[in-house]
Amino acid sequence: MATATANPAGKASAFEEMGAVPSFQVTLFVRRFDPESGEEAKWEDFDVQVHGTDRVLDALHKIKWEQDGSLTFRRSCAHGVCGSDAMRINGRNRLACKTLIKDLDITQPIYVEPIKGLTVEKDLIVDMNPFYEAYRDIKPFLIASDKPEKERLQSSVERARFEDTTKCILCAACTTSCPVFWTDGQYFGPAAIVNAHRFIFDSRDEGAELRLDILNDKEGVWRCRTTFNCTEACPRGIEVTRAIAEVKQAILRGRP
Amino acid sequence: MSIIIETPRSPRSRKSANWEKYGWLYMRASGAVLIVLIFGHLFVNLFTGQGIKGIDFAFVAGKWASPFWQVWDGLMLWLALIHGTNGMRTIVNDYAEREWVRKTLNVSLWVTCAALVALGTLVLFVFDPCVSKDLLSPAMWQQICSAK
Repeated sequence: MATATANPAGKASAFEEMGAVPSFQVTLFVRRFDPESGEEAKWEDFDVQVHGTDRVLDALHKIKWEQDGSLTFRRSCAHGVCGSDAMRINGRNRLACKTLIKDLDITQPIYVEPIKGLTVEKDLIVDMNPFYEAYRDIKPFLIASDKPEKERLQSSVERARFEDTTKCILCAACTTSCPVFWTDGQYFGPAAIVNAHRFIFDSRDEGAELRLDILNDKEGVWRCRTTFNCTEACPRGIEVTRAIAEVKQAILRGRP
Repeated sequence: MSIIIETPRSPRSRKSANWEKYGWLYMRASGAVLIVLIFGHLFVNLFTGQGIKGIDFAFVAGKWASPFWQVWDGLMLWLALIHGTNGMRTIVNDYAEREWVRKTLNVSLWVTCAALVALGTLVLFVFDPCVSKDLLSPAMWQQICSAK
Protein backbone atom coordinates (compact mmCIF):
# COMPACT_ATOMS: atom_id res chain seq x y z
CA MET A 1 0.00 0.00 0.00
CA ALA A 2 2.67 2.48 -0.97
CA THR A 3 0.19 5.15 -2.03
CA ALA A 4 -1.75 4.90 1.20
CA THR A 5 1.28 5.33 3.47
CA ALA A 6 2.65 8.15 1.39
CA ASN A 7 -0.43 10.23 2.10
CA PRO A 8 -1.19 12.24 5.26
CA ALA A 9 -2.61 10.20 8.12
CA GLY A 10 -6.37 10.03 8.28
CA LYS A 11 -6.82 10.31 4.56
CA ALA A 12 -5.39 6.87 3.94
CA SER A 13 -8.72 5.08 3.92
CA ALA A 14 -10.24 7.60 1.52
CA PHE A 15 -7.33 7.17 -0.84
CA GLU A 16 -7.57 3.44 -0.56
CA GLU A 17 -11.18 3.60 -1.59
CA MET A 18 -10.44 5.91 -4.46
CA GLY A 19 -7.57 3.81 -5.73
CA ALA A 20 -9.39 0.56 -5.14
CA VAL A 21 -10.00 -1.51 -8.22
CA PRO A 22 -13.66 -2.42 -8.51
CA SER A 23 -14.35 -6.11 -8.33
CA PHE A 24 -17.29 -8.00 -9.73
CA GLN A 25 -18.47 -11.52 -10.37
CA VAL A 26 -18.50 -13.08 -13.80
CA THR A 27 -19.55 -16.46 -15.09
CA LEU A 28 -17.19 -18.28 -17.41
CA PHE A 29 -18.37 -21.12 -19.60
CA VAL A 30 -15.29 -23.14 -20.43
CA ARG A 31 -15.25 -25.86 -23.07
CA ARG A 32 -13.89 -28.92 -21.31
CA PHE A 33 -12.52 -32.07 -22.90
CA ASP A 34 -10.79 -34.88 -21.11
CA PRO A 35 -9.30 -37.44 -23.52
CA GLU A 36 -8.98 -40.00 -20.73
CA SER A 37 -12.67 -39.97 -19.82
CA GLY A 38 -13.74 -41.01 -23.31
CA GLU A 39 -16.57 -38.46 -23.14
CA GLU A 40 -17.45 -35.75 -25.62
CA ALA A 41 -16.39 -32.17 -24.98
CA LYS A 42 -18.85 -30.20 -22.85
CA TRP A 43 -19.36 -26.72 -21.42
CA GLU A 44 -18.68 -26.19 -17.73
CA ASP A 45 -19.52 -22.98 -15.90
CA PHE A 46 -17.50 -21.28 -13.18
CA ASP A 47 -18.36 -18.19 -11.12
CA VAL A 48 -15.30 -16.07 -10.49
CA GLN A 49 -14.79 -12.87 -8.50
CA VAL A 50 -12.50 -10.66 -10.59
CA HIS A 51 -11.13 -7.13 -10.59
CA GLY A 52 -11.49 -4.51 -13.27
CA THR A 53 -7.82 -4.95 -14.10
CA ASP A 54 -8.09 -8.70 -14.58
CA ARG A 55 -7.78 -10.42 -17.90
CA VAL A 56 -9.45 -13.63 -19.02
CA LEU A 57 -6.17 -15.39 -18.26
CA ASP A 58 -6.41 -14.22 -14.61
CA ALA A 59 -9.93 -15.62 -14.40
CA LEU A 60 -8.69 -18.95 -15.81
CA HIS A 61 -5.85 -18.93 -13.26
CA LYS A 62 -8.35 -18.31 -10.47
CA ILE A 63 -10.42 -21.26 -11.64
CA LYS A 64 -7.39 -23.51 -11.91
CA TRP A 65 -5.86 -22.45 -8.58
CA GLU A 66 -8.99 -22.11 -6.47
CA GLN A 67 -11.78 -24.20 -8.00
CA ASP A 68 -10.67 -26.94 -10.39
CA GLY A 69 -7.01 -27.84 -10.71
CA SER A 70 -7.70 -30.08 -13.69
CA LEU A 71 -8.50 -27.15 -15.98
CA THR A 72 -5.84 -27.25 -18.67
CA PHE A 73 -4.60 -24.41 -20.85
CA ARG A 74 -1.34 -23.08 -22.25
CA ARG A 75 0.26 -19.86 -21.17
CA SER A 76 3.81 -18.75 -20.71
CA CYS A 77 4.73 -15.07 -20.62
CA ALA A 78 1.17 -13.94 -19.85
CA HIS A 79 1.85 -10.57 -21.48
CA GLY A 80 1.00 -11.02 -25.14
CA VAL A 81 4.48 -11.85 -26.39
CA CYS A 82 4.85 -15.63 -26.41
CA GLY A 83 1.56 -16.39 -28.17
CA SER A 84 0.71 -19.46 -26.08
CA ASP A 85 -2.78 -18.61 -24.88
CA ALA A 86 -4.74 -17.96 -28.05
CA MET A 87 -8.31 -19.11 -27.45
CA ARG A 88 -11.80 -18.45 -28.68
CA ILE A 89 -13.39 -16.00 -26.27
CA ASN A 90 -17.02 -15.13 -26.91
CA GLY A 91 -16.66 -16.51 -30.42
CA ARG A 92 -13.58 -14.48 -31.33
CA ASN A 93 -9.98 -15.58 -31.35
CA ARG A 94 -7.95 -13.59 -28.85
CA LEU A 95 -5.07 -13.93 -26.44
CA ALA A 96 -6.48 -14.59 -22.97
CA CYS A 97 -3.65 -12.47 -21.54
CA LYS A 98 -4.57 -9.43 -23.63
CA THR A 99 -8.33 -9.53 -23.14
CA LEU A 100 -9.56 -7.47 -20.19
CA ILE A 101 -12.71 -8.96 -18.71
CA LYS A 102 -14.26 -5.54 -18.23
CA ASP A 103 -14.08 -4.97 -21.99
CA LEU A 104 -16.34 -7.96 -22.59
CA ASP A 105 -20.07 -7.93 -21.92
CA ILE A 106 -19.97 -9.00 -18.26
CA THR A 107 -23.75 -9.06 -17.88
CA GLN A 108 -23.56 -12.25 -19.94
CA PRO A 109 -21.45 -15.34 -19.30
CA ILE A 110 -18.07 -15.37 -21.03
CA TYR A 111 -17.54 -18.34 -23.32
CA VAL A 112 -14.02 -19.71 -23.58
CA GLU A 113 -13.21 -22.46 -26.07
CA PRO A 114 -10.10 -23.87 -27.73
CA ILE A 115 -9.19 -22.36 -31.11
CA LYS A 116 -10.93 -24.12 -33.99
CA GLY A 117 -9.56 -26.25 -36.81
CA LEU A 118 -6.84 -27.99 -34.80
CA THR A 119 -7.39 -31.18 -32.84
CA VAL A 120 -8.23 -30.58 -29.19
CA GLU A 121 -5.88 -32.50 -26.88
CA LYS A 122 -7.34 -31.45 -23.55
CA ASP A 123 -9.62 -28.59 -22.49
CA LEU A 124 -8.17 -25.47 -24.15
CA ILE A 125 -5.04 -27.16 -25.50
CA VAL A 126 -4.92 -28.03 -29.19
CA ASP A 127 -2.37 -29.94 -31.22
CA MET A 128 -0.29 -27.18 -32.79
CA ASN A 129 1.84 -29.52 -34.93
CA PRO A 130 -0.08 -29.09 -38.22
CA PHE A 131 0.19 -25.34 -37.70
CA TYR A 132 3.96 -25.49 -37.14
CA GLU A 133 4.31 -27.89 -40.06
CA ALA A 134 2.81 -25.32 -42.43
CA TYR A 135 5.15 -22.74 -40.90
CA ARG A 136 8.14 -25.01 -41.48
CA ASP A 137 7.06 -25.66 -45.08
CA ILE A 138 7.53 -22.02 -46.08
CA LYS A 139 11.17 -22.05 -44.87
CA PRO A 140 11.02 -19.37 -42.19
CA PHE A 141 14.71 -18.53 -42.15
CA LEU A 142 17.10 -16.26 -44.03
CA ILE A 143 18.32 -17.79 -47.28
CA ALA A 144 21.48 -15.96 -48.36
CA SER A 145 24.42 -17.09 -50.47
CA ASP A 146 27.08 -14.78 -49.04
CA LYS A 147 28.84 -15.70 -45.81
CA PRO A 148 27.74 -13.83 -42.70
CA GLU A 149 31.06 -12.00 -42.42
CA LYS A 150 29.71 -8.49 -42.25
CA GLU A 151 26.45 -6.77 -41.52
CA ARG A 152 23.80 -7.06 -44.23
CA LEU A 153 22.71 -3.48 -44.74
CA GLN A 154 19.16 -2.49 -45.50
CA SER A 155 17.49 0.88 -45.97
CA SER A 156 14.51 1.88 -43.86
CA VAL A 157 12.36 1.84 -47.00
CA GLU A 158 13.38 -1.75 -47.74
CA ARG A 159 12.68 -2.67 -44.15
CA ALA A 160 9.25 -1.01 -44.19
CA ARG A 161 8.02 -3.45 -46.85
CA PHE A 162 7.89 -6.34 -44.39
CA GLU A 163 7.83 -4.48 -41.07
CA ASP A 164 4.22 -5.46 -40.36
CA THR A 165 4.76 -9.20 -40.77
CA THR A 166 7.78 -9.29 -38.43
CA LYS A 167 5.35 -8.82 -35.55
CA CYS A 168 3.91 -12.35 -35.76
CA ILE A 169 4.15 -14.37 -32.54
CA LEU A 170 2.77 -17.63 -34.02
CA CYS A 171 -0.20 -17.77 -31.68
CA ALA A 172 -2.39 -19.32 -34.44
CA ALA A 173 -5.28 -16.91 -33.77
CA CYS A 174 -5.41 -15.98 -37.46
CA THR A 175 -5.07 -19.44 -38.95
CA THR A 176 -7.74 -20.88 -36.64
CA SER A 177 -10.15 -18.04 -37.43
CA CYS A 178 -9.96 -18.81 -41.14
CA PRO A 179 -13.07 -20.58 -42.50
CA VAL A 180 -11.00 -22.15 -45.28
CA PHE A 181 -8.62 -23.64 -42.73
CA TRP A 182 -11.56 -24.99 -40.68
CA THR A 183 -12.76 -27.09 -43.59
CA ASP A 184 -9.41 -27.77 -45.25
CA GLY A 185 -6.59 -28.58 -42.85
CA GLN A 186 -4.23 -28.82 -45.83
CA TYR A 187 -4.40 -25.07 -46.48
CA PHE A 188 -1.18 -23.32 -45.43
CA GLY A 189 -3.20 -20.78 -43.45
CA PRO A 190 -2.67 -17.07 -42.82
CA ALA A 191 0.15 -17.42 -40.27
CA ALA A 192 2.40 -19.41 -42.61
CA ILE A 193 1.77 -16.93 -45.42
CA VAL A 194 2.50 -13.98 -43.10
CA ASN A 195 5.84 -15.53 -42.16
CA ALA A 196 6.63 -16.27 -45.80
CA HIS A 197 5.82 -12.62 -46.54
CA ARG A 198 8.34 -11.59 -43.88
CA PHE A 199 11.15 -13.22 -45.90
CA ILE A 200 9.80 -12.83 -49.44
CA PHE A 201 9.88 -9.04 -49.15
CA ASP A 202 13.17 -8.91 -47.21
CA SER A 203 15.85 -7.41 -49.48
CA ARG A 204 18.56 -9.47 -47.73
CA ASP A 205 16.86 -12.77 -48.51
CA GLU A 206 17.37 -14.73 -51.73
CA GLY A 207 14.72 -17.42 -51.35
CA ALA A 208 11.72 -15.38 -52.50
CA GLU A 209 11.19 -17.33 -55.73
CA LEU A 210 11.33 -20.61 -53.85
CA ARG A 211 8.75 -19.47 -51.31
CA LEU A 212 6.50 -17.96 -53.96
CA ASP A 213 6.61 -21.31 -55.74
CA ILE A 214 5.70 -23.12 -52.52
CA LEU A 215 2.73 -20.83 -51.94
CA ASN A 216 1.58 -21.04 -55.57
CA ASP A 217 0.11 -24.38 -54.57
CA LYS A 218 -3.38 -25.81 -54.70
CA GLU A 219 -3.36 -25.34 -50.93
CA GLY A 220 -1.47 -22.06 -51.11
CA VAL A 221 -2.52 -18.42 -51.27
CA TRP A 222 -5.25 -19.06 -53.87
CA ARG A 223 -7.40 -20.75 -51.26
CA CYS A 224 -7.72 -17.39 -49.47
CA ARG A 225 -11.25 -16.01 -49.77
CA THR A 226 -10.38 -12.56 -48.40
CA THR A 227 -12.83 -12.81 -45.50
CA PHE A 228 -10.58 -10.69 -43.26
CA ASN A 229 -11.16 -12.99 -40.25
CA CYS A 230 -7.40 -13.26 -39.85
CA THR A 231 -6.81 -9.51 -39.78
CA GLU A 232 -9.55 -9.14 -37.20
CA ALA A 233 -8.20 -11.98 -35.06
CA CYS A 234 -4.54 -10.94 -34.98
CA PRO A 235 -3.64 -9.81 -31.45
CA ARG A 236 -0.62 -8.00 -32.84
CA GLY A 237 -2.64 -5.94 -35.28
CA ILE A 238 -0.92 -7.37 -38.36
CA GLU A 239 -2.83 -6.67 -41.56
CA VAL A 240 -2.83 -10.35 -42.44
CA THR A 241 -5.22 -10.25 -45.39
CA ARG A 242 -3.18 -7.45 -46.92
CA ALA A 243 0.01 -9.51 -46.54
CA ILE A 244 -1.67 -12.45 -48.28
CA ALA A 245 -2.82 -10.16 -51.09
CA GLU A 246 0.76 -8.88 -51.49
CA VAL A 247 2.02 -12.44 -51.79
CA LYS A 248 -0.65 -13.15 -54.44
CA GLN A 249 0.51 -10.10 -56.38
CA ALA A 250 4.13 -11.19 -56.05
CA ILE A 251 3.28 -14.63 -57.44
CA LEU A 252 1.52 -13.03 -60.40
CA ARG A 253 4.58 -10.80 -61.02
CA GLY A 254 6.92 -13.72 -60.48
CA ARG A 255 9.10 -11.70 -58.10
CA PRO A 256 8.63 -9.83 -54.81
CA MET B 1 -8.14 -45.70 -21.97
CA SER B 2 -6.72 -42.69 -23.66
CA ILE B 3 -7.86 -41.50 -27.04
CA ILE B 4 -5.23 -41.46 -29.74
CA ILE B 5 -5.17 -38.11 -31.51
CA GLU B 6 -4.70 -38.50 -35.21
CA THR B 7 -2.88 -35.90 -37.24
CA PRO B 8 -5.72 -34.03 -38.91
CA ARG B 9 -3.97 -34.00 -42.22
CA SER B 10 -1.46 -35.94 -44.25
CA PRO B 11 1.77 -34.30 -45.40
CA ARG B 12 1.40 -31.90 -48.27
CA SER B 13 2.36 -33.37 -51.58
CA ARG B 14 3.51 -31.34 -54.54
CA LYS B 15 1.27 -32.48 -57.34
CA SER B 16 1.39 -31.60 -61.01
CA ALA B 17 0.97 -28.04 -62.26
CA ASN B 18 -2.06 -26.41 -60.76
CA TRP B 19 -4.56 -24.06 -62.30
CA GLU B 20 -5.48 -22.18 -59.15
CA LYS B 21 -3.46 -19.13 -60.14
CA TYR B 22 -5.19 -18.93 -63.51
CA GLY B 23 -8.56 -19.62 -61.91
CA TRP B 24 -8.01 -16.76 -59.49
CA LEU B 25 -6.91 -14.43 -62.29
CA TYR B 26 -9.86 -15.47 -64.45
CA MET B 27 -12.33 -14.65 -61.66
CA ARG B 28 -10.95 -11.10 -61.35
CA ALA B 29 -10.68 -10.43 -65.09
CA SER B 30 -14.05 -11.91 -66.03
CA GLY B 31 -15.67 -10.19 -63.05
CA ALA B 32 -14.49 -6.78 -64.22
CA VAL B 33 -15.64 -7.40 -67.80
CA LEU B 34 -18.97 -8.84 -66.62
CA ILE B 35 -19.78 -5.70 -64.65
CA VAL B 36 -19.69 -3.73 -67.91
CA LEU B 37 -21.47 -6.42 -69.95
CA ILE B 38 -24.27 -7.10 -67.48
CA PHE B 39 -25.02 -3.50 -66.58
CA GLY B 40 -24.82 -2.54 -70.26
CA HIS B 41 -27.22 -5.39 -71.03
CA LEU B 42 -29.65 -4.34 -68.30
CA PHE B 43 -29.47 -0.70 -69.32
CA VAL B 44 -30.14 -1.37 -72.99
CA ASN B 45 -32.94 -3.85 -72.29
CA LEU B 46 -34.73 -2.00 -69.51
CA PHE B 47 -34.00 1.71 -69.74
CA THR B 48 -33.85 2.40 -73.44
CA GLY B 49 -36.86 1.97 -75.71
CA GLN B 50 -40.04 0.69 -74.10
CA GLY B 51 -38.35 -0.97 -71.11
CA ILE B 52 -39.53 -4.34 -69.86
CA LYS B 53 -42.73 -4.21 -71.93
CA GLY B 54 -40.71 -3.94 -75.10
CA ILE B 55 -38.94 -7.27 -74.61
CA ASP B 56 -40.41 -9.91 -76.88
CA PHE B 57 -39.34 -12.19 -79.73
CA ALA B 58 -39.00 -9.23 -82.06
CA PHE B 59 -36.79 -7.35 -79.60
CA VAL B 60 -34.39 -10.28 -79.28
CA ALA B 61 -34.47 -10.89 -83.03
CA GLY B 62 -33.65 -7.25 -83.61
CA LYS B 63 -30.68 -7.36 -81.26
CA TRP B 64 -29.26 -10.59 -82.63
CA ALA B 65 -29.48 -9.33 -86.15
CA SER B 66 -26.47 -7.26 -85.24
CA PRO B 67 -23.09 -9.00 -84.81
CA PHE B 68 -22.30 -6.51 -82.03
CA TRP B 69 -25.03 -7.88 -79.77
CA GLN B 70 -24.29 -11.46 -80.80
CA VAL B 71 -20.72 -11.03 -79.59
CA TRP B 72 -21.88 -9.09 -76.48
CA ASP B 73 -24.35 -11.80 -75.46
CA GLY B 74 -21.96 -14.58 -76.41
CA LEU B 75 -19.22 -13.10 -74.24
CA MET B 76 -21.66 -12.61 -71.40
CA LEU B 77 -22.79 -16.23 -71.69
CA TRP B 78 -19.29 -17.71 -71.69
CA LEU B 79 -17.77 -15.45 -69.06
CA ALA B 80 -20.71 -15.59 -66.65
CA LEU B 81 -21.23 -19.35 -66.84
CA ILE B 82 -17.55 -20.16 -66.37
CA HIS B 83 -17.28 -17.52 -63.64
CA GLY B 84 -20.27 -18.96 -61.81
CA THR B 85 -19.16 -22.55 -62.23
CA ASN B 86 -15.67 -21.80 -61.02
CA GLY B 87 -17.15 -20.02 -58.00
CA MET B 88 -19.27 -23.06 -57.24
CA ARG B 89 -16.20 -25.26 -57.66
CA THR B 90 -14.34 -23.31 -54.97
CA ILE B 91 -17.32 -23.62 -52.63
CA VAL B 92 -17.49 -27.36 -53.29
CA ASN B 93 -13.75 -27.71 -52.69
CA ASP B 94 -14.11 -25.78 -49.43
CA TYR B 95 -17.03 -27.69 -48.04
CA ALA B 96 -17.25 -31.18 -49.55
CA GLU B 97 -15.48 -33.46 -47.11
CA ARG B 98 -15.68 -36.78 -48.93
CA GLU B 99 -13.57 -37.11 -52.03
CA TRP B 100 -16.30 -38.85 -54.09
CA VAL B 101 -18.86 -36.17 -53.19
CA ARG B 102 -16.41 -33.47 -54.25
CA LYS B 103 -15.59 -35.22 -57.52
CA THR B 104 -19.25 -35.92 -58.34
CA LEU B 105 -20.34 -32.35 -57.64
CA ASN B 106 -17.46 -30.85 -59.62
CA VAL B 107 -17.97 -33.12 -62.62
CA SER B 108 -21.71 -32.39 -62.70
CA LEU B 109 -20.98 -28.67 -62.40
CA TRP B 110 -18.69 -28.63 -65.41
CA VAL B 111 -20.93 -30.91 -67.46
CA THR B 112 -23.87 -28.58 -66.81
CA CYS B 113 -21.74 -25.56 -67.62
CA ALA B 114 -20.51 -27.09 -70.88
CA ALA B 115 -24.06 -28.05 -71.91
CA LEU B 116 -25.41 -24.57 -71.19
CA VAL B 117 -22.54 -22.83 -72.97
CA ALA B 118 -22.93 -25.11 -76.00
CA LEU B 119 -26.71 -24.64 -76.17
CA GLY B 120 -26.49 -20.90 -75.68
CA THR B 121 -23.80 -20.44 -78.28
CA LEU B 122 -25.73 -22.60 -80.73
CA VAL B 123 -28.90 -20.53 -80.29
CA LEU B 124 -26.96 -17.32 -80.55
CA PHE B 125 -25.48 -18.12 -83.95
CA VAL B 126 -28.07 -20.31 -85.68
CA PHE B 127 -31.03 -18.29 -84.40
CA ASP B 128 -33.52 -17.73 -87.22
CA PRO B 129 -35.81 -14.74 -86.68
CA CYS B 130 -37.78 -15.45 -89.85
CA VAL B 131 -39.94 -18.33 -88.59
CA SER B 132 -43.24 -16.48 -88.78
CA LYS B 133 -44.44 -13.11 -90.05
CA ASP B 134 -46.63 -12.77 -86.93
CA LEU B 135 -43.67 -12.46 -84.61
CA LEU B 136 -41.98 -9.52 -86.30
CA SER B 137 -43.22 -6.10 -87.32
CA PRO B 138 -43.60 -5.62 -91.08
CA ALA B 139 -40.70 -3.20 -91.11
CA MET B 140 -38.41 -5.66 -89.36
CA TRP B 141 -39.53 -8.48 -91.62
CA GLN B 142 -38.68 -6.32 -94.56
CA GLN B 143 -35.28 -5.45 -93.13
CA ILE B 144 -34.14 -8.84 -91.82
CA CYS B 145 -35.99 -11.51 -93.77
CA SER B 146 -36.74 -10.19 -97.21
CA ALA B 147 -33.23 -10.85 -98.46
CA LYS B 148 -33.41 -14.53 -97.48
